[in-house]
Amino acid sequence: MHVPDGFIDAPASAVAGVVAAGAVAVSLKGARKELDERTAPLAGLVAAFVFAVQMLNFPVAAGTSGHLLGGALAAILVGPYTGVLCISVVLLMQGVLFADGGLTALGVNITTMGVVTVLVASFAFRGLLAVLPRRRGSVTVAAFVAALLSVPAAAAFFTLVYAVGGTTDVPAGTVLTAMVGVHVLIGIGEAVITTATVGAVIAVRPDLVHGARGLTAPLKLRVGGELVDAAPATPAPAPRSPRKVWIAGLVTSLLLAGFVSFYASASPDGLEKVAADQGIDRKVEEHAAKDSPLADYGVQDIANARLSGGLAGVIGVAATIVVGTGVFWTVRRRRTEAAGRTEATGRTEATGRTEATGRTEAAARTESSARTESSARTESAARTDETG
Amino acid sequence: MGSGHAHRLYRHADSPVHALPPHCKLAAVLAFVVVVVSTPREAVWAFAGYALLLAAVARAARVPGRFLLRRLVIEVPFVAFALLMPFVSQGERVQVLGLSLSVSGLWGAWNVLAKGTLGVAASVLLAASTELRALLLGLQRLKLPPLLVQIAAFMIRYGDVVTDELRRMRIARESRGFEARGVRHWGVLAKSAGALFIRSYERGERVHLAMVSRGYAGTMPVIDVATATRAQWAYALALPCAALLICLLGWFL
Repeated sequence: MHVPDGFIDAPASAVAGVVAAGAVAVSLKGARKELDERTAPLAGLVAAFVFAVQMLNFPVAAGTSGHLLGGALAAILVGPYTGVLCISVVLLMQGVLFADGGLTALGVNITTMGVVTVLVASFAFRGLLAVLPRRRGSVTVAAFVAALLSVPAAAAFFTLVYAVGGTTDVPAGTVLTAMVGVHVLIGIGEAVITTATVGAVIAVRPDLVHGARGLTAPLKLRVGGELVDAAPATPAPAPRSPRKVWIAGLVTSLLLAGFVSFYASASPDGLEKVAADQGIDRKVEEHAAKDSPLADYGVQDIANARLSGGLAGVIGVAATIVVGTGVFWTVRRRRTEAAGRTEATGRTEATGRTEATGRTEAAARTESSARTESSARTESAARTDETG
Repeated sequence: MGSGHAHRLYRHADSPVHALPPHCKLAAVLAFVVVVVSTPREAVWAFAGYALLLAAVARAARVPGRFLLRRLVIEVPFVAFALLMPFVSQGERVQVLGLSLSVSGLWGAWNVLAKGTLGVAASVLLAASTELRALLLGLQRLKLPPLLVQIAAFMIRYGDVVTDELRRMRIARESRGFEARGVRHWGVLAKSAGALFIRSYERGERVHLAMVSRGYAGTMPVIDVATATRAQWAYALALPCAALLICLLGWFL
C-alpha cells in the first residue's frame, strides 16, 4: 500500500504531511512517557523488528504469499505512541532508502499506514479489553478484532485521501469497494497472524505485551504467616488531569458543530434516503418539535445559512453538555451515597471469606511466578554474557 | 554485521555527487520531487526533460543505467494499478487496438507512471550516492527531531542484526524439515515472529544498559558536524532549479 509520488496531488499531500508531522510529534512525547530514556534504543529495535517482520512471508495458498503490515501488532505489543513512532520511522527509511513509497507521499503513507492503523487497532483493543473479562483469552479476542479492523480502516482512509486529492478520476465509490474488499481479506490474514504472534509473546514474556499489562496477578509476600501486598516495583503514574481532555473535547465539538457542520452534506443521510426511496417514510408525521426555534439545525430569524447553522450547532453542543453533566452528576452523587451505605454492612462478612479461601491460591501463585521470573532472569543474564 | 556498514543500495564511487553534503542532497531531491509532482500532466515533454536531468545526475554520480533500472522494479505493484486505470475510469472513451479505453484514465495512468518513476529514480540516486550514516546526519541537519533521528539510526544499525536473526530462525526451521506451504503453517511462523519480538526487545534493553554504562544520558554526542559551503548548496540545488524552470514552462506553454 506504499503510495508513490504523483498519485495524490500536491495540496492534499502537503496537508497529509502536516497531519503526519503532528502525529509524530505527539507520539515522540507519548513514547517518552511509555519508555522514558530508553526510548531511542527500544523504539529503534522495535522498528527494526517491524521492518524485519514485514519480510517474513506467510504463504496463503498455491504459491501466493502475503506479509504482515505490523501496525496492529506494534500497537498491541509496545503501545500506541511507540507503535506510531516505529511504523513512521520504518516508512521514512523505506521512502528515503529503498524508494518504497514516494517522498512527497510520505505524509499520506504515514497517516494511512502508521497513524490510522495504530489508532484504530489500539482503540478497538482497549475498548474490547475494557468490556471483556480480565483473562488471557480476552487479549486474544481483542487482538484479533483490532487487527481485523485496522487494515480495512486504513484502506477506507486511503480512499478518503484519494477522493480529496486523487489525480485520476476513477470514481471514489469504485476505489472504496475495491480497496476495502481486498483489504478485508488481507485484514483476516493480518488478524490471524497478529493474534498468534501476540499469543506467542504472552506465553513467554507476558510483561512485555503493553496491551496485557493489567493481567498479571499482583505479587503477594508472606510476612510472618500473613499475606501482604508487595510494594509495586514502579510507582503508579499520577492520575492525569481530565481537564485537558475535557477542554480539547469541548473545543473540537464546538469547532465541528459551529464551523465544519456547514460543509456537511445537506442531502438525506443513508437511512433517510433508503426510507424515502422505499416509501417507508410516507406515514412519518412531522416531528412534534418542528416549530421549535432550532428545528432542522438552523436558528430561526437568521437569514445567513452559515451563521444560522453554526449557531444552532453551538447551542446544541452547549445544551448537550449541560444536560449530560447534570445527569452524570446526579448519578455519581447517588452512587457514592449508596456505596457508603453498603460498605459499612458488607465489610465484616467479606474479609472473613477471602482470608479462608484466598490464602492457598495466592501463595501458590506467588511462588510459581517468582520461580519463572528468576529463571528467566538468569537465562537472559547468561545470554547477555554470551552476546555482549 | 559482517557486511560492513554500507547498505546494498549504496554504490561506492568517487564522484562530485558523492562528495556533496548529505543535507544538500536530501533537500535537492525533496524539492525536485515536489516540482515534478506539481507539473501538469499534459506537458509530456516536461517529463522527458526531468528524465534527462536525472540521467545527467546519474552520469555525474557514475551510477550505471542498468543499476538504476533494476532498482525501479520496486514500483511494479503500482504499475499494475496504473495499467488497470484506463479500463475502469469514466468519461470519454477512445478505441485503441480494439479496446475501449477511457481518455482521462489514460492520462491518469500516464500521470502516475511518469511521476512515480521519476520519484523512485530520484530516491534511488540519492540512496546510491549517500552512505547510511551520512543520510542520518543529513536528516538531523534538516532539523528532524533528534530523538526521531536516533530511533532511525538504531533501526538502521540493528536492522541487519534482526533480519539476520530472522534468517537464522528460517534456516533452523528448514533444517528440521519445516516448509511453510499454506495457512496451516501460520502458527509456526507467528511463533517465530513472537520470538523475534522478544529477542529484539531484550536486545534493546541490553543495548540501553550498555549505553548507560558508557555515559549515555538521553542524547547522542555530535561528533562530526556536516557543513555545506555556498558553492555546494548551489551545485546541489541546480537540479531542482532546472526542474522548476521546466515546470514553469510546462504551466505557461
